[in-house]
Amino acid sequence: MNQKSKEPFFHIVKRDVLPWHKSLGIRAAAIVLALILCAIVTTITTGINPIQVYESIITGAFGTVRKTWVTLQNISILLLISLALTPAFKMKFWNIGGEGQVLMGGLAAASCMICLGDKLPNVLVIICMVIASVAAGALWGFIPAFFKAKWKTNETLSTLMMNYIATQLVAFFTIVWEVPKGSGKIGIINQNSNVGWLPQVFGSKYLLSILVAVVITAFMYIYLNYSKHGYEISVVGESENTAKYVGIKVGKVIIRTMVLSGAICGLVGLLLVGGINHTITTTIAGGQGFTAVLVSWMSKFNPLTMVFSSFLIIFMNRGASEISTNFGLNQSYSDILTGIILFFIIGCEFFISYRIQFRKKAEKEEQ
Amino acid sequence: MKKKVISLLAVMALTVGTLAGCGSSATNAPEGTKDAVSTETTAETTTQANAEAGATAGLKAGFIFLHDENSTYDLNFMNAAKEACENLGVECITKTNIPEGQECYEAACELADAGCDFIFADSFGHEDYMIEAAKEYPDIQFSHATGTKAHTENLENYHNAFASIYDGRYLAGIAAGMKLNEMMENGDITEDEAKIGYVGAYTYAEVISGYTSFFLGARSVCPTATMEVTFTGSWYDETAEKEGANKLIEDGCVLISQHADSMGAPTACETAGVPNISYNGSTVSACPNTFIVSSRINWVPYFEYALGCVANGTAIDTDWSGSLENGAVELTDLGTAAAEGTQDAINAAKDEIIAGTLHTFDISTFTVKGETLESYEADVDTDADYTPDHEVVSDGYFHESGEGFRSAPYFDVQIDGITLLDTAF
Repeated sequence: MNQKSKEPFFHIVKRDVLPWHKSLGIRAAAIVLALILCAIVTTITTGINPIQVYESIITGAFGTVRKTWVTLQNISILLLISLALTPAFKMKFWNIGGEGQVLMGGLAAASCMICLGDKLPNVLVIICMVIASVAAGALWGFIPAFFKAKWKTNETLSTLMMNYIATQLVAFFTIVWEVPKGSGKIGIINQNSNVGWLPQVFGSKYLLSILVAVVITAFMYIYLNYSKHGYEISVVGESENTAKYVGIKVGKVIIRTMVLSGAICGLVGLLLVGGINHTITTTIAGGQGFTAVLVSWMSKFNPLTMVFSSFLIIFMNRGASEISTNFGLNQSYSDILTGIILFFIIGCEFFISYRIQFRKKAEKEEQ
Repeated sequence: MKKKVISLLAVMALTVGTLAGCGSSATNAPEGTKDAVSTETTAETTTQANAEAGATAGLKAGFIFLHDENSTYDLNFMNAAKEACENLGVECITKTNIPEGQECYEAACELADAGCDFIFADSFGHEDYMIEAAKEYPDIQFSHATGTKAHTENLENYHNAFASIYDGRYLAGIAAGMKLNEMMENGDITEDEAKIGYVGAYTYAEVISGYTSFFLGARSVCPTATMEVTFTGSWYDETAEKEGANKLIEDGCVLISQHADSMGAPTACETAGVPNISYNGSTVSACPNTFIVSSRINWVPYFEYALGCVANGTAIDTDWSGSLENGAVELTDLGTAAAEGTQDAINAAKDEIIAGTLHTFDISTFTVKGETLESYEADVDTDADYTPDHEVVSDGYFHESGEGFRSAPYFDVQIDGITLLDTAF
């Protein structure tokens, strides 16, 4: 009897791998619960009808043709950064330097636009931009990888620190290139000549990033799952000693993977500067280098799942800012809603991997 | 296991606690700051507006703001937009927290898609993106405050607007000078200690013009005044502005003013008990003991003018410049910290400025490297090399925001008596 009373009310048991429809069901339930909680919080704190709030979320993301395009474009950018970080994570290399790698790619693209804009024809400027951005991103990935491979330095710290160096470099060049003097902003580069502006695809401003994202998603899926490189990455990630034992050069894999990771981030920088904003600022990556870490992990490093995760985050993000515009609420409010939803989405992963067993049920099972 | 249950409960309690905390702070914060910066408008503009209300009814106006009501700068615009639209019966759509990037273009296009006839953006960095949107929607009128490019872009539907806020700063400077005089009379400071501190954003002409006119106003009544200026490298950074003000106070500055958009500097002054001259609106409710006066641009006249133009189908000025005379430049009511006789001194100077007998940038009142500024070529037409292109000194004064130049300030001269700190923010 004594022992029984000591038995806890519930305990946590690891689940077997769930069939996909069940795990999907748990995730859907989490989103529904999150939306209900958002509605309750909204009604309590502001007195706004929650149905209207949901309507706003949807119109915020898909209300007009333009909004839909922008939503798709934003999804593409977040997806691309997530894809870039994924091979490194799969290798258990904590690349939290996506922000810096994107910024360096963007800075390289901007410097080509500014310095070569009136010297070379447009096509050559764009080719230079592509090469420079990818190289700059790759370099920013290479440096921490090299130190890790050579001297086992902590890559979490070094990739994080590289972000600050990149931000300060951009800040420095902003002052060098600022127009007008003293204003601390570069403004749109080559606004009248449009030199170095990436071409519009099928007459749409937004399509280019989306197409690039589709191509890179397919590439990354194949690269991780069906290529020798992808296999090596998995082995290094699982156990470095095993990798060494089967003859994989761990240092080489680390450097190669991080160069790829940085290069794709650099490409995102190119899209942001050459294709979308046509300027460079310290905030151009907008923290997406960190959000992408979340997307990549939430999707368990599966490129196809990442499409949905980035969709969800961007959709909520745009919906939440529409709420703050429509109802005159502060931007912080949309952050709160996004926070609640992320909390549920991440939390539900727990229920996919584990289940909670209550006392009575446990007793029965014992019998 | 018990431990796990307890920790689980603790986590749940924490989450509920933080959520509740966030929820309430989100709703309370804007309320509090709305009180902190109150703005008032004159009766004149309202009556004038009602006469035009008929023609403008049914129009739609869209406004793009860099921040939300927590920024004194944006709040000043938001209140004006709301008031002007109410006066004229115009539907008003606002977008807050729009960064100075492609988001501004998207926001402007969304407003255009939503059927707006007039679209306005309030932040300096929005300009290029407004121009892009204006090119795409030639039938819609776009206006931008503080911008420099309308007069060189040659777009019929893109306009700049600003006001001779340097006159307002000059008048606020008089209030500062009077306060310094009062401190000297009371024996709190000596003549040599009459040092003003100024928290600036960037080393940009708009800021330089602002602190120079403020300083000239102060020195016109307190000849021994000197000034130190620090820069934050941001238009809105509450922490940096607060730290900047504190540093100036430690440095011996006995009065502080600012050209940056948060409540950072005024609250630092209130804590330290140092008098403050504010900007963008009165901060008296947050700083009852130290607030002297604030200069601000009242945007209601411009919004009413521009919307009236849209309704009548007439062209909006490429560069509109508000002034003390047309009510666009205002001083708020004085706070209790103001010295005796301040209002009279301000009124006298204001009348002189309006009459054209007093000029803020009178070249006889300041020197540059020990010499009078007889001639100055300013970079009025913005270009990447900052090429000086217009002679702006004539008739004995520097023609700031002058007729035929542009509405945004271009006074970027370093005059004697002002020390710049941290220019390399």
